[in-house]
Amino acid sequence: MANDTIKLELEVPGDDFTRAGEASSTVKGMLKKLGFSPNVVRKVAIAMYEGEINMVIHGGGGQITVEISPESGVSMSLVDHGPGIPNIELAMQEGWSTAPDSVRNLGFGAGMGLPNMKKYSDEMEILSEVGVGTTVNMKVHLA
Amino acid sequence: METKNFFHSVTLDREKCHGCINCVKRCPTEAIRVRGGKAIIITERCIDCGECIRICPHHAKQAIFDPISIMDEYEYKIALPAPSLYGQFNNLDDVDLILGALKLMGFDDVFEVAKAAELVSDATRKYMLRPDIPRPVISSACPAVLRLIRVRFPELLENVLPLHPPIEVAARLAKRKAAQKTGLPYEKIGAIFISPCPAKVTAVKMPLGTEKSWVDGVLAIRDVYPRLISLMRHVPASQELSEAGRLGVGWGGSGGEAAAVLKERYLAADGIENVIRVLEDLEDEKFYDLDFVELNACSGGCVGGVLNVENPYVARAKLERVRKYRPVSCNRLPDEDIMPYAWESPVEYEPVLELDADLKVAMEKMKQMREIEGRLYGMDCGSCGAPSCKAMAEDIVRGFSTEESCIFKLREEIQTMADGLSRISSVLPKASQENK
Repeated sequence: MANDTIKLELEVPGDDFTRAGEASSTVKGMLKKLGFSPNVVRKVAIAMYEGEINMVIHGGGGQITVEISPESGVSMSLVDHGPGIPNIELAMQEGWSTAPDSVRNLGFGAGMGLPNMKKYSDEMEILSEVGVGTTVNMKVHLA
Repeated sequence: METKNFFHSVTLDREKCHGCINCVKRCPTEAIRVRGGKAIIITERCIDCGECIRICPHHAKQAIFDPISIMDEYEYKIALPAPSLYGQFNNLDDVDLILGALKLMGFDDVFEVAKAAELVSDATRKYMLRPDIPRPVISSACPAVLRLIRVRFPELLENVLPLHPPIEVAARLAKRKAAQKTGLPYEKIGAIFISPCPAKVTAVKMPLGTEKSWVDGVLAIRDVYPRLISLMRHVPASQELSEAGRLGVGWGGSGGEAAAVLKERYLAADGIENVIRVLEDLEDEKFYDLDFVELNACSGGCVGGVLNVENPYVARAKLERVRKYRPVSCNRLPDEDIMPYAWESPVEYEPVLELDADLKVAMEKMKQMREIEGRLYGMDCGSCGAPSCKAMAEDIVRGFSTEESCIFKLREEIQTMADGLSRISSVLPKASQENK
């Protein structure tokens, strides 16, 4: 059924806050046009936006691969080559943040990124190695 | 493209249309194309925001509203002046002059939309006390914004304030009051709105949230304005007509509705591009801790409507002058019941932008679209009549355009043909080649 899917490769620039959210916005627009249910669109948009912001704040940018399938929903793979997450369990706690003040001053870094990604995706796995980078795989099911 | 039976107050004067792409590029819902040298509106996408009317250099895009003679159709007629009307006059600090002039114009009574706005504000405050409503609450008073949300932001519909806009409330209250006073049946009483914008005309003819609007006619501020100017000097002194306070009159400018909610955590955005940005961000839950969001399609709010006379920012300043002399608020609901102000029917998602109702077919079309887009030049020049190459690719898969409509593709083909011709012409036939 791989033939049915649409695959997107998106670059997330690491140093430009004003462009953070472009990738999720592109995907959101596409899903709306495809006629995915508003709820699926919203879940993908929020989960992916949070991930994208994390990639900008912590990961120095990276690549997002999105696969859209009419059967199984939307899969997202967010890959960065940043510092990695030393303690994933801690990072998953609401309010835990390692964002620097410069980022907090912009209204980010509230420690809700990963918890929100978990909340809005139906499946999520984090693969991270300190000094190598982080990959977050998320899936949003249909309906 | 299929066209449902939609009414729109924005129309095209074919004679005046040059077929340029100013409106095509400007339209926030990509609802306009040029075909056969003339602009056409894809009616189910149009939200009546009036951007095309504003941008058209040839004045080919027009708003439909009623002629002043519509007043003659009613035995008892009531003027419903929009708050933005108060910002159109020079050196005016007394609203009663405008209201008096409306009466001299032939209206039997005047019911200020600003008065109804104060009641809607009170109803909004009461609605917002409910603990179970989705927040932030998004205002529904701008008909263009409501229609935009309906076609582009379905997930936000549950946040939209499910209350009638002030104009609808004004018409209902005014007609009931007139019926009691005169004993006339409703059909002989005309509630006639003096409007700053074409979207309000659509809201009356094709209302959302109710089956039928109580407004009987809509006049453009710019039509009424010259009459009022000449009649104002004849208004008898010491007439106290205005029943609206600062909060109600404030609705005429961006931020007025939000301020009247009396909550600190609000946001007010105006101008259709800004409104779209805010809606996108709201959809992604980028805002925290907001109670109320006011959105107006026109820059500056209703004073920026295309049927006004005065520059929106000047009108805003003039409106402030008028407000200064009014009490804070003059109208409150008689009790806790907000049901008379609530929508009778819900506003539902109109998926007019979807590629196909069947997800698999839509996926196939999306793939084709991406392929076609990859073959186009990405200049977004608009020569094909679509606002961008992406929109053109979409038109092609919808069967509404062809790749040959792209002038760059056409040039490419001519180049190939020319190369072919030149190659052929340089090859001499065997018969004319010399034998060596």
